[in-house]
Amino acid sequence: MTPAIETEDLRVSYGKLEVLRGVTLGIPAQQGVVLLGANGCGKSTLMRSLNALEKPQSGTIRIHGETLSTASGTRLREIRRGMGYVFQQFNLVPQLSAFQNVLLGAMGRHRLGLLGCLSLTASAEERARAMHSLERVGMVDRALHRPAELSGGQQQRVAIARMLMQAPRVVVADEPIASLDPKAGREVLDLLWRVVREEGLSMLCTLHQLDLAREYADRVIGLKAGRVAVDAAIGDTDTEQLNALYSGMTDQDDEPAGVAA
Amino acid sequence: MSEHTNIPPRFRAPSALTWVLVVGFAAFFIQGIVASDISLDRLVRGASNLVRFLGQAVPPDFSRAPNIADAMLETLNIAVVGVTFGCILSVPLALLAARNTAPNALVRTFARFVISVSRTIPDLIWALIFVVTVGLGPLAGILAIIMDTIGFAARFYSERFEEVQKGPSEALTSTGAGRLSVILGAILPESFASMTATSLFSVEKAIRSAVTLGLVGAGGIGVELSTAMRLFRYDQAAAIILVILVVVVAFEQLSSTIRKRII
Repeated sequence: MTPAIETEDLRVSYGKLEVLRGVTLGIPAQQGVVLLGANGCGKSTLMRSLNALEKPQSGTIRIHGETLSTASGTRLREIRRGMGYVFQQFNLVPQLSAFQNVLLGAMGRHRLGLLGCLSLTASAEERARAMHSLERVGMVDRALHRPAELSGGQQQRVAIARMLMQAPRVVVADEPIASLDPKAGREVLDLLWRVVREEGLSMLCTLHQLDLAREYADRVIGLKAGRVAVDAAIGDTDTEQLNALYSGMTDQDDEPAGVAA
Repeated sequence: MSEHTNIPPRFRAPSALTWVLVVGFAAFFIQGIVASDISLDRLVRGASNLVRFLGQAVPPDFSRAPNIADAMLETLNIAVVGVTFGCILSVPLALLAARNTAPNALVRTFARFVISVSRTIPDLIWALIFVVTVGLGPLAGILAIIMDTIGFAARFYSERFEEVQKGPSEALTSTGAGRLSVILGAILPESFASMTATSLFSVEKAIRSAVTLGLVGAGGIGVELSTAMRLFRYDQAAAIILVILVVVVAFEQLSSTIRKRII
């Protein structure tokens, strides 16, 4: 079976700063992986590259065997359609209701784009699917609320419903609970992993809490200063190894002179 | 006190550039006063003329009220029709001109050029141009208002598009949506309130412009006003000015009420 996500010697830099310095990893289908690492170690850049929101300098990315780095136009959109993205800041459109925001998740699969998923013009089938997605995240009674009228946790639930609406095969979640309080964060994370398991999706999810990582993940990948430092099944990691990700030279800037390219 | 501490000087000599600018401005200003032949004598005579004008203007003569009403209606028509087309045309133009929605740098530069040309040429000059091209009457006024509205509205729309937060459009991009869908689904809804406010400002601006466009023959109440002035019928002119004042103030009140509701 082709891996859901595969990267080979991925390098990204901003000006002189090399953020990713040759990341190679593979995530098989239906595996749930937690990505750990200190702030600034390149986690977000890696996630964004996987969706081509960031352009790598070199290296290859394959999503379900399709090469992302060379894809553009329709093919790029095709690959993106198969990948659900959950953001730290939820990224709902503030002026639209939760229901309309969820409907927008279907935009990629309609030839007419927006027309296929406006509340006014969407087919009865898509409208029903959007409502069902909201039901699965427990937000049916808030369907007509705008994001500003919802709590952070509720907004992230709506964002997860939008992701469900998209019906992806692989999910990338970039610190999905970092802006939520511990209780709401826990609930959202529960929901996210439950949905991912129920749908049989693969997921790469960044987290900052080691205990939560242990609880949910099949496997842990640790990033340190732009390189993979830990990559092991969750049972094979010890706390010391994971804590080391957060100590010492975690930033690309910290690298001693001479070593940095 | 230590001699090493450098206390900032009380006064620093201005740079050469500052001197050039100040002297240049002063010279231009003095030349302007001399050239326009300002004298106390002329100002005093002007004041007495003003009193005579007011004496003839009061009481205002409303005998031509039906004509005035017709002309005012035409003015409002010019403003409303012109501003509507102007705002509609501004949306695509602004999308082509905004950094985050323009397809490429060439198109963007061209769109910005079109917008700045419509803005830099004043409405009265647009009206003169269109009077020459389509003839006297309201059509010339409408076209002039369209150009004037584009210069104003398209610029502010495109600035608003550039300020839109990146997150929601990125989220829609990540679902595999096309560029146009992302713009219509995320960027336009986010800009909608501000665009409505800008459009209402355009309406206010358009009504004020439409009043003066008649002076160059582009239809509306300005035609009546310039005729009355040329015939020295200051009482009729006063009636027209009063009507303009009432209508413009009423419209500004209405539009600011709507704007407050939206924002």
